[in-house]
Amino acid sequence: MQLDFLLAGVGGQGIVLAGDLLAEAALSIGLDVKKSDVFGMSQRGGSVTSAVRIGERVYSPLPQVGQAHYLIATEKLEAARNAAQLRPGGIAIVSDYRLPPLAVSSGAAAYPSDDEVRAALAARAARIYWIEAEKIALALGNRKVANVITIGFLSHMLTLPAEAWQEAIARHVPQRFLALNHEAFARGRAAAAAATSTPVEA
Amino acid sequence: MRRLLSGNEAIALGAYHAGLAVAAAYPGTPSTEILESIARLEGVYAEWAPNEKVALDVALGASLGGERALAAMKHVGLNVAADPFFSASYAGVGGGLVVVTADDPGLHSSQNEQDNRHYARAAKVPLLEPADSQEAYDFTRLAFEISERFNTPVLLRTITRVAHSRTVVETTAERPALPRASFKHNPQRYVLVPAHARALHPQVEERQRQVAAYAETFPANRVERGRGRLGIVTSSVAYHYTREVFPEASILKLGLSYPLPEKMVREFAAGVERLLVVEELDPFLEEQLRALGLPAEGKSIFPQVGELTLDVVEDSARRAGLLATERPSLPAIPTVPLPPRPPVLCPGCPHRSTYYVLSLLGRRQAKADGSHQAPQLAIMGDIGCYTLGVLPPLAALDSCISMGSSIGMALGVEKAGVQDKVVAMIGDSTFLHSGMTGLLDLAYNGGSITVIILDNGTTAMTGHQEHPGTGRSARGTVTKAVDIPAVARALGIEDVREANAFALPALRKTLKEAIDSPAPSVVVVRGLCALRNREPREAAVVDPARCNDCGLCLRLGCPALVKREGGVEIDQGLCVGSICGLCGQVCAHHAISTREL
Repeated sequence: MQLDFLLAGVGGQGIVLAGDLLAEAALSIGLDVKKSDVFGMSQRGGSVTSAVRIGERVYSPLPQVGQAHYLIATEKLEAARNAAQLRPGGIAIVSDYRLPPLAVSSGAAAYPSDDEVRAALAARAARIYWIEAEKIALALGNRKVANVITIGFLSHMLTLPAEAWQEAIARHVPQRFLALNHEAFARGRAAAAAATSTPVEA
Repeated sequence: MRRLLSGNEAIALGAYHAGLAVAAAYPGTPSTEILESIARLEGVYAEWAPNEKVALDVALGASLGGERALAAMKHVGLNVAADPFFSASYAGVGGGLVVVTADDPGLHSSQNEQDNRHYARAAKVPLLEPADSQEAYDFTRLAFEISERFNTPVLLRTITRVAHSRTVVETTAERPALPRASFKHNPQRYVLVPAHARALHPQVEERQRQVAAYAETFPANRVERGRGRLGIVTSSVAYHYTREVFPEASILKLGLSYPLPEKMVREFAAGVERLLVVEELDPFLEEQLRALGLPAEGKSIFPQVGELTLDVVEDSARRAGLLATERPSLPAIPTVPLPPRPPVLCPGCPHRSTYYVLSLLGRRQAKADGSHQAPQLAIMGDIGCYTLGVLPPLAALDSCISMGSSIGMALGVEKAGVQDKVVAMIGDSTFLHSGMTGLLDLAYNGGSITVIILDNGTTAMTGHQEHPGTGRSARGTVTKAVDIPAVARALGIEDVREANAFALPALRKTLKEAIDSPAPSVVVVRGLCALRNREPREAAVVDPARCNDCGLCLRLGCPALVKREGGVEIDQGLCVGSICGLCGQVCAHHAISTREL
């Protein structure tokens, strides 16, 4: 059994860290893990993706296009952009957050509508979960933890033990932000518990 | 101990466990984290060198001092360091010397897609190609052993997909006690006058034969015997794609891929019906196999351009009829035009104001109807975040070729007799890397160009590394900070000006005067990188009663300014307002302000 994940967002949103948490949590229960980030110049507000593959023996660090079991996006346009990464029957977890690129904010291009984003995802996804990660993060006083809220949401759907996630967060987050990130993770996980009882059918 | 490491972290740890004493590098994606990781380890000397050549010089010196040393750089960095690299192959080593080149297939963050395996062949040094972090860790340790055993530098070649992927590493070694450094005087080897070098060249050729024989027994050159008729020779991450796409094939996986283990390759080829080579970029292995008379097929099936992926390898194989099965079709995604999200100058970027002024002086801004005037000024650029000044609406950059090239190229444009005023744009780190000699040329040979040094106090593009101008070392300790205007004067430029990046009217005046002046000039534009500035900030706001929707502020190309029906809004999460304030200075109606903190 192999599971492929694709995390997508915008430079500065903490996609690389989110992927690290997932990869570390899987490693701690003895699985083979490979994680591959696409960044570089994307640090300057560009698109960022992080792929995580988990299984008994993983070869390629990147999954095939159209084979990801999960697409986790911290921004709606990036969710739509990466919809084709999902396999038929996959699951999409999308932060209900809009960060217009320069072409949109300057008025030169249009941001896709929610219906268009949903339609792109629904072409592949069996389930689409919208999560108010940005709102929850702002309520916690730091919008930067939206990534960890989203990972908390994902964690509810996987069978990795809770301690594996806690340890991964402890390894990757500076001490002074630790309590905040544990709280963010718990909020995301709780949101998933609520959402999965009433899933949105694609 | 089992852990997840990036390829770069694995190289650092492998070197550390091999007894590394000295490491030097210049930042460059995807190599940067190697030196960053080493700098966090105790008991190793780690430095950011001003450029890759100096990094290799330092590592080579440490090697001749008897210690194990490493120099790390991105692929184009080895072009800069090529001079000592080739000659070090003749001189040999004291302690093991490993040169890491991090290639960038797919050009994720580079100006070209060169395949640096050719350097191993050209300089006649052994080449190791790890396929993942475990191999990056293991091969780095082996590289030091090979280096000392055969008295040669070793080229360890990673690629973005290995350097920036995190995979499982089982660490097997502990750091040994280091030998006592001692320089062994050996002028017949280390003084490469022609008489000495002539005597060394045959030794280099003999060494090649010895390493080739060793490659036959190298543990990471291995055959994985399959059931099918296909035999595939591969290296680096391409091995993993091959393993997934051709589960039945026999595979010859080369870890020490140059010099080629000829006997092993011939035996492998003899045992298969069809011989393929799956390798990224150039047909480096394929051409050597063909030179042996083997019927290897590679680039006739798999692309020579761009990064390989599972999809690329599988689609290529299917087109060539190598796979029996059809690819299952996927439901189509409804096509909506999605706006691209290229990297941009950040909100609060200190480079924006200079490009804004140049976009006006050089007539680069689009007119209201979208048309453009004939551009003025020749604006020769360089490598760094400020290369993003090429993007609209600023569009004020005319070249970006290689580190430090802006100044010499600008001088060349002028010397060719071009009538436009000529400007060179270069960052602080790039200027100290290889811009100083260009500036010396300008002073020495005369010209009227203006060199704009964009000093943001860091090496920003690669993630904020220190450099000789920041006053901090790779380890963060306080050190000498070079005075860039004083350097410019010392090199012979008399007209040296300084400007604040966030005081737009004064900056505009300074730049215009310098560009109009017939004397060669330097303008150092200072402003801290917005991602590094820790000052408290408050976002700017637009007063809708004053905004007349003229769009002037949008000409800054700031991602925080959002066009709305009838006016402009400022994204309160993105704007760094009080540490920037450019839009407020551009607005003719005083509609934009930050509240005082």
